[in-house]
Amino acid sequence: MEKSLDLINARIRDGSARVVTAEEMPGIVDELGEEGALAEVDVVTTGTFGAMCSTGAFFNFGHADPPIRMERVWLNDVEAYAGIAAVDAYLGATQEAESKDDLYGGAHVLEELVAGGTVELRATSHGTDCYPRRSITTELLLDDMNQAVMVNPRNAFQCYNAASNAADRTLNTYMGTLLPRCGNVSYSGAGTLSPLANDPGFRVIGSGVPIFLAGGEGMIVGEGTQHSAGGGFGNLMVSGDMKQMRQEFLRAAVMNGYGVTMYVGVGIPIPVLDTGIVRSTAVRDEDILTDIIDFGTPRRDRPSLAKVSYADLKSGSVEIGGETVRTSSLSSYRRARAVAQELKGWIEAGKMELALPTRRIDPAKRVRAMRETAVTPRVRDIMNRQVINITEDEEVRVAAKRLLKDEMNHLPVLDRNGALVGIITTYDVSKAVVTDGRLRQVKDIMTRNVIKTTPDEPVDVAAQKLEQNNISALPVVDAANRVVGILSAIDLGKLFGGRRRR
Amino acid sequence: MKLRLAFSRKGKTDPGREPVIARVVKETGVLINVEKANIDSMAGEVLIDVPDRDADLVRRCLEEMGVTVRAMENAVIRDEEECVDCGACISVCPQEVFSFDAEWRLCVSAERCVLCGKCIQACPHGALSQQG
Repeated sequence: MEKSLDLINARIRDGSARVVTAEEMPGIVDELGEEGALAEVDVVTTGTFGAMCSTGAFFNFGHADPPIRMERVWLNDVEAYAGIAAVDAYLGATQEAESKDDLYGGAHVLEELVAGGTVELRATSHGTDCYPRRSITTELLLDDMNQAVMVNPRNAFQCYNAASNAADRTLNTYMGTLLPRCGNVSYSGAGTLSPLANDPGFRVIGSGVPIFLAGGEGMIVGEGTQHSAGGGFGNLMVSGDMKQMRQEFLRAAVMNGYGVTMYVGVGIPIPVLDTGIVRSTAVRDEDILTDIIDFGTPRRDRPSLAKVSYADLKSGSVEIGGETVRTSSLSSYRRARAVAQELKGWIEAGKMELALPTRRIDPAKRVRAMRETAVTPRVRDIMNRQVINITEDEEVRVAAKRLLKDEMNHLPVLDRNGALVGIITTYDVSKAVVTDGRLRQVKDIMTRNVIKTTPDEPVDVAAQKLEQNNISALPVVDAANRVVGILSAIDLGKLFGGRRRR
Repeated sequence: MKLRLAFSRKGKTDPGREPVIARVVKETGVLINVEKANIDSMAGEVLIDVPDRDADLVRRCLEEMGVTVRAMENAVIRDEEECVDCGACISVCPQEVFSFDAEWRLCVSAERCVLCGKCIQACPHGALSQQG
């Protein structure tokens, strides 16, 4: 048997839809069997409430008179990204205030707005003909904004690694306080109630699907940044109108020694269309496994200390290497339940109808590590890109002028096609002057056997060329032998004091 | 019950120069558990745990010796508006002060607290504080 979404929506409209939370579903399936549960249940609601750093909102403040094209924007002294249209900005939850003594950040501003408080908007501009104003300070309520659209690039992780610490000192991490020598375990996620754990194949969770977001109606934009469902770490980009949100489900937080973050409530309704969905929504804490990762290893690939289920984690203690270690959650299961319950109420009351994805999310995608270029600096990182050239047919006098004007000691020499054919130095020019002016042209005095380097060459190798040839600069050429820069002994100084290009 | 003792060590006759805890144990016969002690050259602060029924007796005895005694009833205070029942405090506490009830509501057994302060730092919501 299968059930259509239209049938489910018709039942929602006439108030006869049977809606249960994901916590209730396993028991129903045990009692009625899969076919029975499919006949009985129309919608399963999920919920999670936990720290989601990747949270923020777009604002449109409206135009002032005279108008301003905001280039830098602060809300309660927390900088928002203003590299968009004139009176728009995006405030990220983890951005921290510039002057406050206590940790205060974007998350606090977002919570303040949702709670109905005023925030101070400060903006600056260089002033244009169309937007003459250069600065503005004003107090705003959420209601004063034309739009306040929450767009969270990475929310509602499918599951999350638990954390412990085998090192000898206490660590303050985004997973909370981790006591030394595996003194505790910290975990996050709602287990059986977790939205994506109830549809790991992304069959009905995808773009355009309506959701509960921080107390208001939102929707799924698509896969979240760093989505890695193939490895069990899928996540979602979600969006919603902040004006509908409530403080109960949007709370600023500070992780000691780490920084500001935001607790967000997310709930997704799952239409029970077939027995496949019955099975996936019957998931229990026991079925959801995660690794306890050792944060004592300060590397990207940290070792796993144990594999456990959410049932183990929620029991209050787990075994690591034969010892019992206490666990605690960072996310709130009580409030995750409140999310799923409220969403259930909305659907029972006909306040929200369901929709199928307008675009599917890839359930097999895996995240890749960052492509890192070599740790050792390359010539391109420190070379001087403003190269003064000369062509081989020019007079020596022109070369002398050019060297003087730019206070350079080296002048790469190009042929008519722009390829490097030689180099002259102030020494070469002086020598030409001394020899009675018989040598008139650059090509008469240039060094043709040029010692050169490439942008990709490690600086260490280039420095060795300078030293071994007793010279003080190397032209930097591309594959076509065109000069793209010059590396002088002076540039090597950029390696110290952090002045090299990144 | 937990009692917080404070005494001076400045003068030769100050209680901080005397073996006050040992003397109370000897005189009253009450078994005292010292949970935290911070004693320097000028003053001392000690947190002790005694059976509830003997608390008054111990208190009187200590006060006679010049020790200031304060009963710790709500050593750690939870702000219910700020708390979201996440449980980040549970596993960092050496005294098992925090736990969940059947409804995943955070429960605080403040009488077990030894004022180490770990939970206050670990709470992401600034919901925990220590009695003055």
